Amino acid sequence: MSRVSHSLLAQPQVRLGVTLTALVLILAMIGPALAPVSPQSMVGPSYGPPGPGAMLGYDYLGRDVWSRLLHGGRSVVWMSFAASALALLPGAIIGMVAGFSRRRLDHAVVWATDVLLAFPDLILVLLVVSMLGRQPWLIVLTATISFLPGVIRLARGLTLGISSQEYVEAARLMGYPYRQIIVHEILPNIAPPLLVQFGIMLTWAIAIFSVLSFLGYGVAPPTADWGLMISENRTGLMIQPHAVIAPVVMIGFFALGTNLIAEGASRAKARIKPRRSAARA
Amino acid sequence: MSDETEGVLSRTQRFAVPSWLYWLSARLAAGLATALAVSILVFGATQALPSDPARVILGPDATEQSIQTLRRQLGLDRPLPEQYVHWAGRALMGDFGRSLESDQPAGQLVAERFGNSAALMIYVLLLAVPSAFLGGIALAVRRDSLLDHWLMNLVILLKALPAFVIGIGLILLLSTTVFRILPAVSLLNPAVSPFLQPLCLILPTLTLVLTIAPVLLRQVRTAMIEALQTEYVAAARLRGISERRIVWRHAVPNALVPVIQGIALMSRLLLGGAVIVEAVFSYPGIGNALNSAIEVRDVPVIQAITLIMAASVVTINLLADILTVLVTPKLRTPTNAGSHPGTRAQLKLKAGPT
Repeated sequence: MSRVSHSLLAQPQVRLGVTLTALVLILAMIGPALAPVSPQSMVGPSYGPPGPGAMLGYDYLGRDVWSRLLHGGRSVVWMSFAASALALLPGAIIGMVAGFSRRRLDHAVVWATDVLLAFPDLILVLLVVSMLGRQPWLIVLTATISFLPGVIRLARGLTLGISSQEYVEAARLMGYPYRQIIVHEILPNIAPPLLVQFGIMLTWAIAIFSVLSFLGYGVAPPTADWGLMISENRTGLMIQPHAVIAPVVMIGFFALGTNLIAEGASRAKARIKPRRSAARA
Repeated sequence: MSDETEGVLSRTQRFAVPSWLYWLSARLAAGLATALAVSILVFGATQALPSDPARVILGPDATEQSIQTLRRQLGLDRPLPEQYVHWAGRALMGDFGRSLESDQPAGQLVAERFGNSAALMIYVLLLAVPSAFLGGIALAVRRDSLLDHWLMNLVILLKALPAFVIGIGLILLLSTTVFRILPAVSLLNPAVSPFLQPLCLILPTLTLVLTIAPVLLRQVRTAMIEALQTEYVAAARLRGISERRIVWRHAVPNALVPVIQGIALMSRLLLGGAVIVEAVFSYPGIGNALNSAIEVRDVPVIQAITLIMAASVVTINLLADILTVLVTPKLRTPTNAGSHPGTRAQLKLKAGPT
């Protein structure tokens, strides 16, 4: 483990990614406690410029942009982590079972992922959200479903490669039960790429959830939320750009930070385990 | 290791080619089945709507009697499978019913908007695909140079940023805050073809190009680097063939498969991105139409748009798979050795230890 974190943190991009992600996470967690005024109270002129009382100025209703920024990160942070984490285990299990069985079940699973992959992920989420409502857990679950095919495909492909390796054949010949081979032989070997996939899903989730609230399907209005802040203050872009730039920068930092870590992790993985013949198939 | 490569090869071959027509029909059947499942999913999802279309059409003051009559007229009182068959049959002919909002035929409404989106996407593809393809090849050849290093960092940055962050960044840069040279909102004149209104198209096109080109460029670069490391390229170098010829005649054809699959993957990104970009720039395309249809729960329009989008993704994937087989000699040739002597794949098989 320490070898992994070493080779991760040796990369400057990963250090930048960790810094950006930590910055966003800390701001989203303890931000509300630091906010000088309530995010809902109208304390200044509409689209008022930055001044001594408000370092980022005021939004379209005259609320303090800095306070809203500090309050606005929670939902995108928890929803992104929840959706990515929820897709990981079921996707890995389905993918491993499909890849290991290599028969009709495998064909059926691949075909089912094809069906889901026909929908651009945002369209799938929009379809469900528009039909069933905008409850946060529902949005998270739909995003999870749209992430599942990716995890399943990845786990299946890796399993196909691994299950022809000698140690898996050996376990099979020794008569180990199916479940034990999957849990003890296959899972540990496909865990690193799955964790990289987690980081990639996190970046997608950040994009999806911030776009959803930008389009108006996320957190309901008076609540402060980064995606919502962008669409609320878009018309005042000429007069008070800070009200838009600040949340855009936060979302950008978050997406970039998680992506840099995932990229670094996949590079570190490649370095620790130099090309495995099975992975090329 | 050789044992394994062989196992994989024969598995692909057994799947791909008892005869190549068989493969094609199997792939077409799978594509059709996917399209069918997609349509059931779209229909099923829109059935979960809490609101009743008849009530939406007649408004809040309608009597229970008139609602029941309209429900019968719309066929809403029949069992769901029957409704589905009826709907799917008409959808195949391009008839998606009437929009609940404007009472126009939904198919026609979508077709109008689709033209605008198609204009946008044609510009995007014309810019993104060649630049990503040539850029990927150039970077693979200059691998690990300073240029490669910095461009790959830029690619990672753009790949990570959500499309609407890029879009708003471009608005800030080019139309409101830094420079004020381009319109922030794409107000298309509906009477004129969108191709003739390029000023409105620049920012949305640029946003989508910056969203998808990095993904493709990276795929091309990786595929090319792998192709340039193969034994046949090393052999070509030993024979003294010029580097330019090695790149274009030996490496590029073998890097085509991941590129074709990458372009197919991009179509999905592009359609999803269109919804975002059209919302950011208020561009009157199919994505924006979907957005406003969802707002008022205009079921026929939602069904038409999601079905068309998903069906295009299925079709593009199908074409990509067929193209992949066409450009890969290995997948075109039959399994039983000897029937087609002299093809590359068989030479490889013969050369390997058995």
